Amino acid sequence: MARKTIKVDYLARVEGESGLKVVVRDGRVQSAELSIFEPPRFFEALLRGRAFSEAPDITARICGICPVAYQMSAVHAMEDALGVAIGGPLRDLRRLLYCGEWIESHTLHIYMLHAPDFLGYASAIEMARDHGDVMRRGLALKKAGNEILNLLGGREIHPINVRVGGFYRAPRRRELAPLAERLRWARDTALETVRWTSGFDFPDRERDYSFVALRHEQEYPFNAGRIISNRGLDIRPAEYDEHFEETHVARSTALHSHLRGVGSYLVGPLARYSLNFDRLSPLAQDAARAARLGPTCRNPYRSIVVRAVEVLYACDEALRIIDAYEEPERPSVTIEPRAGIGFGATEAPRGLLYHRYRLEADGTIAEARIVPPTSQNQPSIEEDLVSFVGGFLDLPDDKLRERCEQTVRNYDPCISCAAHFLRLELDRG
Amino acid sequence: MASEKFKPRLAVWKFASCDGCQLSLLDCEDELLAVADAVEIAYFPEATRGTVKGRYDLSLVEGSITTAHDAERIRDVRRRSKKLVTIGACATAGGIQALRNFADVREYASIVYARPDYIHTLATSTPIADHVHVDFELRGCPINKRQLVEVITAFIAGRRPVTPPHSVCIECKLKGNVCVMVAHGTPCLGPVTHAGCGALCPSYDRGCYGCYGPKETPNAPPLSRQLAELGMDARTLQRVYRTFNAQAEPFRAESERHGT
Repeated sequence: MARKTIKVDYLARVEGESGLKVVVRDGRVQSAELSIFEPPRFFEALLRGRAFSEAPDITARICGICPVAYQMSAVHAMEDALGVAIGGPLRDLRRLLYCGEWIESHTLHIYMLHAPDFLGYASAIEMARDHGDVMRRGLALKKAGNEILNLLGGREIHPINVRVGGFYRAPRRRELAPLAERLRWARDTALETVRWTSGFDFPDRERDYSFVALRHEQEYPFNAGRIISNRGLDIRPAEYDEHFEETHVARSTALHSHLRGVGSYLVGPLARYSLNFDRLSPLAQDAARAARLGPTCRNPYRSIVVRAVEVLYACDEALRIIDAYEEPERPSVTIEPRAGIGFGATEAPRGLLYHRYRLEADGTIAEARIVPPTSQNQPSIEEDLVSFVGGFLDLPDDKLRERCEQTVRNYDPCISCAAHFLRLELDRG
Repeated sequence: MASEKFKPRLAVWKFASCDGCQLSLLDCEDELLAVADAVEIAYFPEATRGTVKGRYDLSLVEGSITTAHDAERIRDVRRRSKKLVTIGACATAGGIQALRNFADVREYASIVYARPDYIHTLATSTPIADHVHVDFELRGCPINKRQLVEVITAFIAGRRPVTPPHSVCIECKLKGNVCVMVAHGTPCLGPVTHAGCGALCPSYDRGCYGCYGPKETPNAPPLSRQLAELGMDARTLQRVYRTFNAQAEPFRAESERHGT
């Protein structure tokens, strides 16, 4: 059996449609391709001619799993173009909303999509038959995140309360009180989740990744910061296009994101955590240490623990924001349209999400560019497969296939977002 | 297993979409395990790698048809499904991606992709009902998860789901909301928009933006006159009907009465 091809026609427990092909020759992984058959939806084209104020609601529809990330990158890019900076309670409310999405999205992935890999089940539903209490705990934790989105955003998916300049309605202090009650429970549960996941059996695999994430002077990054790497990159979001490029790779027809002079890079929990460990709250740092994570994590299978640490941080941060919250005088600032270019980079649960818009004088969108985290991670996903799968070749085919799938799921890939992947797959005709 | 009671087989299918509507099922944190107990989740790749081949009692379909391959695939899904329910604005009205229907898709492809010749796509994004018979359409961008549980429950029980086709205005009245358009002069599509969200936007001091699509027998022209009086120009009027349900006939027709 010198040659073996592992094919997964439809990769399950990821958001969107994709498949996987790994070719093994003479005991070595020759190539690994993640193929995407998500049909194109042309967001960057359909945004042209729309009003600047429509971008948060329209781009939210790129992804039902992380709509807040799209709304946040869109509002920041628009405010950048229109010369407005949002501070005070409105800025804090945006962070609070992001906390909700991180808790919801990460918990979904930890309990329902990723944990079944470690515990040997096909799905969370199947896992719930043997681990009912664990699954109920996960669902309740996920719900706590959704409660933030519900209260502040109006609903969990495609929230309606976000606008360029702030919100349509700011919550009253007393509305947030029951949420705080719930989040105190969630924080304890997140801590349990860190302990629970840290006890899983992790393949001992590491890679020397080029991590890329936001870095802020005081905060663990959600909405703001410079884009940095562990290879010396340190730029403003406005400089993104000068440092990142999409190129053709010979072994596939894919256009991949690359960091100029470095190559493939990694965005998401592992990168964020490793570049910002010192910005986590003391509680989250202690939990990470107790989980034997260390300040840098290069084992992608442990990303499930890092996500749990980030859920813990998000609960902690949400409680801090609620405690300090003072109702703003007005829910949004007034915005006057003008011509300009604006850039926004925020930390979606899956990693850096970059938006750039060019506006006409009346605020109409002339050009839009969106780079989602999963298209940035795709080269790294494939390199992980090439590096790691070779060590699993003794496994029987079905187990090996499961390992490959797990290796992709380490990234919590969101294929719906990554419309750009389309360039790749469709070339195969 | 023979000892277990009969469970209807549920399948969840995805076409061009954001995944949000099928995520609504996983967002039913309080009901999910009960649903999983009442039905056999036979095909739901977003949630499970276990699949059951063959026929399904209830298929939930998310997303619109935008490729020739998907136009074939939906016929196969129909053949294998006893009942087929569309969930959300993409499957029911073509979604935001149906804005291509008002433009040139080749131009769209050349804006987004370096090699537009690689892109195999149809010129239009169309709802599922344009391709196969649909037993029920659940509205919303995204759908309301309580309505989703109602739809699943109704199909298990063999009755019609109760999802009132009246306007968002009725939901505001039921909720005791002050009318944002009358009281604050905020433009609102509530009078022509299908209920189901619980009048969410007006409850947040925002006008409805029509994400549930047209209500039963909407009368859009008088609303457009009102919106124009509130200061909306012709181009904006066209845009407000052309969002997530642009291809739904009443919204499409009204959008074409306005614009540059």
